[in-house]
Amino acid sequence: MEDLWGVALDVFQAWIFVVVFLIMLPAMFGLSLGVTGVYIQILVRILEWATLRIQRGRREQPSVPVPLPNGIIERGGGSMEEEMGQLRSSRPPAAAGEFSLSDVLYFSKRGVESIVDDQVTQRFSSEELASWNLLTRTNQNFRYISLRLTVIWGVGVFVRYCVLFPLRITLAIIGLSWLVIGTTLVGFLPESNAKNWLSELVHLTCYRICARGLSATVHYHNKENKPQKGGICVANHTTPIDVVILANDGCYAMVGQIHGGLMGVIQRSMVRSCPHVWFERSEMKDRHAVTSRLRAHVAAKTKLPILIFPEGTCINNTSVMMFKKGSFEIGGTIYPVTIKYDPRFGDAFWNSSKYNMVGYLLRMMTSWAIVVNVWYLPPMTIQDGEDAAQFASRVKSAIAHQGGLLDLAWDGGLKRGKVKDSYKEEQQKMYSSIIVGLNDSNTLQ
Amino acid sequence: MGSSSSSMTNIPDAQQLIQETGFSAAHILRLYERFEFLDKDKRGELRQETVDFASFVRILAHFRPTDTSRTRDGAQQEPANSSTGKLKSAFQLYDQDRDGKISRAELLQVLRAMMGIQVTEEQLHSIAERAIQEADLDRDDAISFDEFRQSLEKVNVDHKMSIRFLK
Repeated sequence: MEDLWGVALDVFQAWIFVVVFLIMLPAMFGLSLGVTGVYIQILVRILEWATLRIQRGRREQPSVPVPLPNGIIERGGGSMEEEMGQLRSSRPPAAAGEFSLSDVLYFSKRGVESIVDDQVTQRFSSEELASWNLLTRTNQNFRYISLRLTVIWGVGVFVRYCVLFPLRITLAIIGLSWLVIGTTLVGFLPESNAKNWLSELVHLTCYRICARGLSATVHYHNKENKPQKGGICVANHTTPIDVVILANDGCYAMVGQIHGGLMGVIQRSMVRSCPHVWFERSEMKDRHAVTSRLRAHVAAKTKLPILIFPEGTCINNTSVMMFKKGSFEIGGTIYPVTIKYDPRFGDAFWNSSKYNMVGYLLRMMTSWAIVVNVWYLPPMTIQDGEDAAQFASRVKSAIAHQGGLLDLAWDGGLKRGKVKDSYKEEQQKMYSSIIVGLNDSNTLQ
Repeated sequence: MGSSSSSMTNIPDAQQLIQETGFSAAHILRLYERFEFLDKDKRGELRQETVDFASFVRILAHFRPTDTSRTRDGAQQEPANSSTGKLKSAFQLYDQDRDGKISRAELLQVLRAMMGIQVTEEQLHSIAERAIQEADLDRDDAISFDEFRQSLEKVNVDHKMSIRFLK
C-alpha cells in the first residue's frame, strides 16, 4: 500500500511541476516554450495525410455518398424585376407590366430554393468540413476507409481525453481561481495608478492561463490598431471563448448580464478591481438605461475600452449577421476586430440549443486545439449624414471582408424567433408595384 | 447541416425515391437532413397540408433540371422534371382542388397570396378578369391544362423552373 501511495505522490508532484513551471509561469509572462507550435505543426501534417487518404478511399468506394460541403443547390441570382422581365419577354411590350400566369414560376422556384437550403438557418449550426478532421463528433458519413486512419483516430481519442483533457482542466481551474482571488485582493487597494496596473496584470495572466487551458493559439494581426482607452471594441461573436481570446492581448471592460452561480462569483469579483459594466436582467430590457450607462463609461476617457458583440448571439463563424445598432449609438470611436477560428482543429461554435455551457467547455477541451486569427481593424467613427444603422452596417462589412466571412443582413435573433411579417409584405409590395403600380399609381396608397 | 450522421438505412424507401426522381444518394441524404430539421415537431410531416418525406422529395423532383439525355420509352411514366411535368406542377399551384381547371376563385386566391394587402378587391378582380380572358380559349370561364400550356408556350419552363443541384 505504501508503495502505491509513494508512487501516486511522485506522479502528482511531477504533474504539478509540469503544470506550474512549464505551462503556467511562462503563460503568465506571455512567453511560450514552443511546444504548442510543434504540436500544431504535427497535427497539420497528420490531417493533410488523412485528407488524402480519405479522398483516395472515396474513389475506391464509389457507393458511399459523398458529403456536400457547399450546400446542395446553387441559388439563382436576379431580382424580382429582372426575373419577371425575363418571364414576360415573349409578350408584346404593351402588356409587359401586367399579370401573367407564368409569374407563379418565379415564386415557386424561389420558395423551393429556400425550403431546400437557405442562407440563415445554416449559420446556427456548426460549419461542415470538407474533409474529416479525425474527431468523432464531426464524423458525417465518413465510413471506415483504412486501418491506419482508424488507428490514428484511436490514438487521437486517447491523447485528447487522457493526456490533454486533464491538463487543460487543471489549467482552467487554476486560471479561474487566480482570477477570483487576484481581483478580490486588488479590489482592496485604494484607487490609484498602481491599482490599475495591478488589475491589468491580474486579468492578463488569468486569461493567458485560461487560453493555455484550451490549447489556444492566437495570431494577432495589425496590433497597431489595438483598441484604446475610451473606445468601443466590436467583434463578431462565435463563442463565449471570444472573450478569452481577445483579453489575452489587452484589457477590456466587459459588458453583460449578471448571472448566478459560478459565473456570478467571477463577475462580481472582476468588477472589484476594474470597472466592468454588468447589468441586472431587468435593466437589460431598458435600452435607454443601458445606453446611458455605457455612454458614461466611454465619456470617462481613462476607462478601459468596452467589449461588445453587436450580433447579440453566437453565429457559426462562416458569416457575420446584422449588428444591432444600439452599440453604435453610444458615440466614441469604434475599434472593429475580426475573429476567425480554424475549423480543422476543433469546432468553436457554441450551439446553445444543443449544448449547455459546461458541455460546450468540455467539448472545447477535448478538441485538438483552438487556432484563431484575430485582426485589429483601423478605428471607425460615425460620419455626417449616416445614422446608427448604416454605421453598424459599414462596420459589419469591414469585419466580414477582413475575415473572409459572408456579410448577411439578417438578424441573428432569427435563431430563436420567427421571421417578421413585414418581410413578406415587402415582397408583396414589390410584386404589386410591378403589376399595378405602372398602370395606375394614384389609386395605390 | 451540422454534425449529424444519418445513413441511407434510416430513410424510408430511399432506393425507390432515387430511381423515381433521379436525385443522387447524396442529395436524398441531404434532403432528409433538411426535412428533419424543418420538421420541428417530429411528426414526420411538414405543416398544414401535411407532407411526408417521400412526397417532399417528389415535389422537389419537379425542380430538377430537365434530363436532355434520358431517352424515354412509351411505357415509362412521364418523369417529374420534364417540361410537361414542370408545367403540371405549376398548374397545380393554381388548381388547388385538382379538378383540372383553374377557376376564377382559385385564380383570385393565388393573386391575393402574391399581392397581400397592397391591392384593392377591384384591382384584383380586374387583373383576374383580364388573365382569364386572355387564356380561356374555349370560353368556359376557367383555364384548363392545355390552355395553360398554350399560354406559357413561349416561356422557357425548363430554365425558369429548374434549380441547380450541386453534384
